[in-house]
Amino acid sequence: MAVVSAVLATTHHPFFYRETELTPPERRRPEAAEWKRKVEAYRETLTAARPDLLVMVGADHFHQLFYDNYPTFLIGKQPRYDATWHNEERYFGLPTFVLDGHEDLSGHLLQGLMDRGFDFAVSHELKLDHSITCAILAVRPEGDLPIVPIYTNIFAPPLARPARFYALGQAIRDVIEAYPGDQRVAVIGTGHLSLEIGGPRQFQETAPDLEFDRRAVEWLADGDIDAILENVTPQVLEAAGNATDGFLDLVLMLGVAGRGKAHHADHLELFQTTEAFFTWYPQGDPR
Amino acid sequence: MSRYYVNKFLFQADRSPELLAAYKADPVAALARWEEDHGRWLDKNATVERTTWLAFTDEERRALEEHDHVALFELGAHWFPTLQVFVGMHEKDYEATSGPLSYQREFAADLAHWRGRTYPDIRP
Repeated sequence: MAVVSAVLATTHHPFFYRETELTPPERRRPEAAEWKRKVEAYRETLTAARPDLLVMVGADHFHQLFYDNYPTFLIGKQPRYDATWHNEERYFGLPTFVLDGHEDLSGHLLQGLMDRGFDFAVSHELKLDHSITCAILAVRPEGDLPIVPIYTNIFAPPLARPARFYALGQAIRDVIEAYPGDQRVAVIGTGHLSLEIGGPRQFQETAPDLEFDRRAVEWLADGDIDAILENVTPQVLEAAGNATDGFLDLVLMLGVAGRGKAHHADHLELFQTTEAFFTWYPQGDPR
Repeated sequence: MSRYYVNKFLFQADRSPELLAAYKADPVAALARWEEDHGRWLDKNATVERTTWLAFTDEERRALEEHDHVALFELGAHWFPTLQVFVGMHEKDYEATSGPLSYQREFAADLAHWRGRTYPDIRP
């Protein structure tokens, strides 16, 4: 059966590429070099796991999915995926990609998750956004591995509860481990710590709620799902910033990782939001 | 209250460079044309099936026609497409004179009276 060789949970800061690559060195923020170093160190944690396939967890930001029909959970099942929308090129300077898919694993996950009580929507014409491409740029910029994208709704309330996200992560792990073959699958998910978009606390010199961020980083590094489920309610997320619901995808990733401390845990307090990087190796640390 | 319809306009303006440019140049005309060509059509870019009942309230129409992002926030427009549309219209102009992210900071300052308060409900 396939194995989960690495689980990566990280924030996605869409300005990373612009701040560290597109901006000329003399105009970069002072923290740009450290930011890049941390991302490159994070990239090595994926490389060390020697993945054959990537299951990517993200969330569409009203690029393709909208309130006319916004699914709570959706999986892509395609031979290839276009990625990066026009407005992401315009705003973030993100490059476009065409990424190979893995239809067989998509189909296996769709069926397996349905069988475990997760009633997924499926798309056969999904164009990916920066919730996926930021992770590709960070940990696999070659974009050379087939992917299976899973989208969750962390964006258009009402949202599923934190415990449901965690349970979905557990189910994703189980279903991958029941996939016939000997593939090494890395599961990579992106979300947010405290974040404000389009509100009075946006684009400050730090995240809107550093206290939340520091607690969240500790919970994630320790794999402490009990503390998360005890402390994180929709009201707590809302108080930390209007876009903090992205934390739910990090909770999902903790479900994939299982209990236990992260093998790699790092973070960096930046303008607008705090970046955080976690990797678990369910098969043991290969480094 | 028709937050859905407001969001539908913002969502489509964010995705369409032509609509965004038209909305920046002449919001009243762009909004009227969008309603005719897109707003009351089902699905994206479709011209067969109608949604006959969607309409703005007077307050929503005024906020959109006057580029009033504070009113949109207070009416419960979704914060993401709102910011995207306003950044798309103004960021480059501000950046040229006041530096990177200066528009985003002014946008936030315009909403400063909402600090520490529960934000308006955005559920359609």
